Amino acid sequence: MLNYIIRRLFLAIPTMLIMIVLCFYLMQVAPGGPFTSERPLPPQVLANIEAKYGLDQPLWKQMVNYVSGVVTQFDFGPSYQYKDRTVNDIIGQGFPITLKYGFISFIVASLIGISLGILAAIRHNTWIDYIAVGTTFSAQSLPNFVMAPILIYVFTLKLGWLPGGGWNGGQWQYLVMPVIALSTSFFASVARITRSSMLEVLNSNFIRTARAKGLSEGTIIWRHAMKPTLMPVVSYLGPAFVGMITGSVIIDMYFSTGGIGRFYVNSALNRDYAVMLGLTILYGGLTILFNLVVDVLYGWLDPKIRY
Amino acid sequence: MKMTSKSLFGALLASTIIASPAFAAGTHPTTGEALADDQTFTYWHLDEHSSVDPQVVEDVSGAAIVRDLFEGLYNQDAEGNIIPGGALSHSVNDAGDVYTFNLRPESKWSNGDPVTAHDYVYAWQRLVDPELASPYSWFMHVMNVKNGDAIVGGEMPIEELGVRAVDDLTLEVTLEAPTHYFALTTVHGSTFPVHRATVEAHGAEWTKPGNIVSNGAYVLTEHVPNERSTRERNPMYWDNDSTIMEKVVTLVVNDENVALTRYFAGELDQTGVPAGQFPKLKAEYPNQAHSNPRLCNYYYTFNMSETGNPALQDVRVREALSLAVDRSIITDAVLQGGQFQAYTFTPGLTAGFVTPDVPIANMTQADRDAKAMELMAAAGYGKDNPLSFEMIYNTSEGHKKIAVAMSQMWKQKLGVEVELANQEWKTFLETRGNQDFELARGAWCGDYNEASTFLDLLGSGSGYNDGKFANDRVDELLQMAKTSDNTQPLYTEIEQIVSEEVPVIPVYHYTRVMMLAEDVKGWPFHNVEQNWYSKDLYKVAD
Repeated sequence: MLNYIIRRLFLAIPTMLIMIVLCFYLMQVAPGGPFTSERPLPPQVLANIEAKYGLDQPLWKQMVNYVSGVVTQFDFGPSYQYKDRTVNDIIGQGFPITLKYGFISFIVASLIGISLGILAAIRHNTWIDYIAVGTTFSAQSLPNFVMAPILIYVFTLKLGWLPGGGWNGGQWQYLVMPVIALSTSFFASVARITRSSMLEVLNSNFIRTARAKGLSEGTIIWRHAMKPTLMPVVSYLGPAFVGMITGSVIIDMYFSTGGIGRFYVNSALNRDYAVMLGLTILYGGLTILFNLVVDVLYGWLDPKIRY
Repeated sequence: MKMTSKSLFGALLASTIIASPAFAAGTHPTTGEALADDQTFTYWHLDEHSSVDPQVVEDVSGAAIVRDLFEGLYNQDAEGNIIPGGALSHSVNDAGDVYTFNLRPESKWSNGDPVTAHDYVYAWQRLVDPELASPYSWFMHVMNVKNGDAIVGGEMPIEELGVRAVDDLTLEVTLEAPTHYFALTTVHGSTFPVHRATVEAHGAEWTKPGNIVSNGAYVLTEHVPNERSTRERNPMYWDNDSTIMEKVVTLVVNDENVALTRYFAGELDQTGVPAGQFPKLKAEYPNQAHSNPRLCNYYYTFNMSETGNPALQDVRVREALSLAVDRSIITDAVLQGGQFQAYTFTPGLTAGFVTPDVPIANMTQADRDAKAMELMAAAGYGKDNPLSFEMIYNTSEGHKKIAVAMSQMWKQKLGVEVELANQEWKTFLETRGNQDFELARGAWCGDYNEASTFLDLLGSGSGYNDGKFANDRVDELLQMAKTSDNTQPLYTEIEQIVSEEVPVIPVYHYTRVMMLAEDVKGWPFHNVEQNWYSKDLYKVAD
């Protein structure tokens, strides 16, 4: 197992390098640059700025400098847009925010989603199932960019219960709406996957055998059906977890949380190369890490899988 | 610097204790209005500001914060006129190229250090320093300060810039040539002084709360990127006794509609108005919805270079297209925010500028349409041989509506086939800057309140003249205007040439539409540059 994990981590290095090279290349292909502005800068000013940031060097050299900065000093470079901040500052300030509301949303979405899915499956074709399916369908068809303004309208303007946005150190009042908006579609997906997975498992031979043996329904579900049911759920939750803790541009936009989701989109629009690369590396790294976590969890869930 | 932070904190604390009761629940010293207990002004911004370093900031949101944190030689009053700030007065030599400013002796930095002429010299040299590589270093070119361009170009050391401290309270500025609008440029953030010791001690991080030392009415106390930025009154500010607003908070809300909801929930004192909602809001909240002129124009520029559409090189075609645009539909039906129909490039409210009499402005739309049809026929275009071209604009619902309206007007009146193309902002700038277009959207906001800030764009040497319009007489007039005492006839002639040659189609001149809470007073509605200072604002009691 340990060997497997170490092997996977080593494999991550070339993956990350390929990602950096691709990202570098794609950024350069996009028209315009970080300093393209409505008022074009005089050539000398532009040259000064490019020299300051090392953008006047050949692309391969920029890439080598960047990678060596990241590897040796953990320095992700400066932001071209926010000139008094480095990429480390932006990630350092924004990521904890995103992590907090993302993690809570993940827990909420998983707990509600899995419970609802199981409940619907074991009460298959009853009114409970119908309500669960109806809820998940409506939740899934309500995108967060629709949900967010509605929540603000209802809870802030009409009821006056919650602040319409902001972060304020992550106090609970500021977390409620972002968590609801972010977790809604996720819990719906989790519930649907759990339900169909559980239904499939409950119809399989080994469950029929268990029933034939006269085991109680509770033992069947918790001891025998649970683990195999969670297999597809876990494979969904891994990437979903990364998606949630790395934030959502919609949540950041509507609730002004200050998370990194908005920075990611803005960095692409502003051609803020270093911020974009830094966040891509963060997202990429987390994706690789949690894919590994999922694979390790598989081994625990399914005894057939051996590393 | 630890001592500094501590003493600053102590001073702030003392001021909160001592100064707060002075106005809270009191009355306004000049108007006598009863003041609200809570003097906190919270306003909206669409996006995070780029910086609060005066020499580095390039966006409007950052500039507004910089105006509160720092003070330059001059400020603006509610009408936009320059009034003493860091300088009490100035004199100009007979040749008109040397300005001597007498600085205010009581000006202090927030750490208690006096503000001296050396601080201005340091800041101005910093602005042109290739090492800082400020994206706003071009502003020194606009100011026409001696050797500015050469220093930016790396041909001279920064010490050669035409600015020197005669003594601690006398600043002398030498210009390349007499520049009549020079004093107006000193209200611009990039000319504000900075505290050298702080900048040198903290490098790029000197603007962070805790590090920053500033000389304006406020000090920066909190900054959560993409969420909020807070500034509180600076007890060391020379006019602190007159400051009423205790605290100013910028909230970043990336969606205008959500910002409006939060405004109605009482979380914001000021916010923008989403496109098309102004008439409704004005009817419902007449004392809160405001529309005021703003020093910006909105136009479409023809590509007049070799890469342009040959059909659009015919002046008759360009004039016909301009005539056929019914500006009243765009301002009254599409925008609905009190915008002004534009027939000249320069907004009519620009200081010292009288809108010239151009023929198109005096015609009825029916006459304009008739003439447009005649011109198109004379140029050889009609229903059998329709003119076709592409017009580009940057992605935005507002721009799209205008482009659709214009193209429909052309199609219906002149049978012109227009292909609309929107492009993401940076791509759009690249396309327009490379003259890879036929007709492109443009807009410009004045850097100072004088017509040359607009008309310079039409000079053949201007880096911002993306249409590459080149007219020798215009260049000559622009050159003359730089040193002339009587610029109006020169500007009138330029506008007349533009009206005849039609390198651009002026569409409208901007207004700033916003919602402002009724209890907030002192907003400078009549300042067309929309430069506001929190120190002039106050909240009245209900």
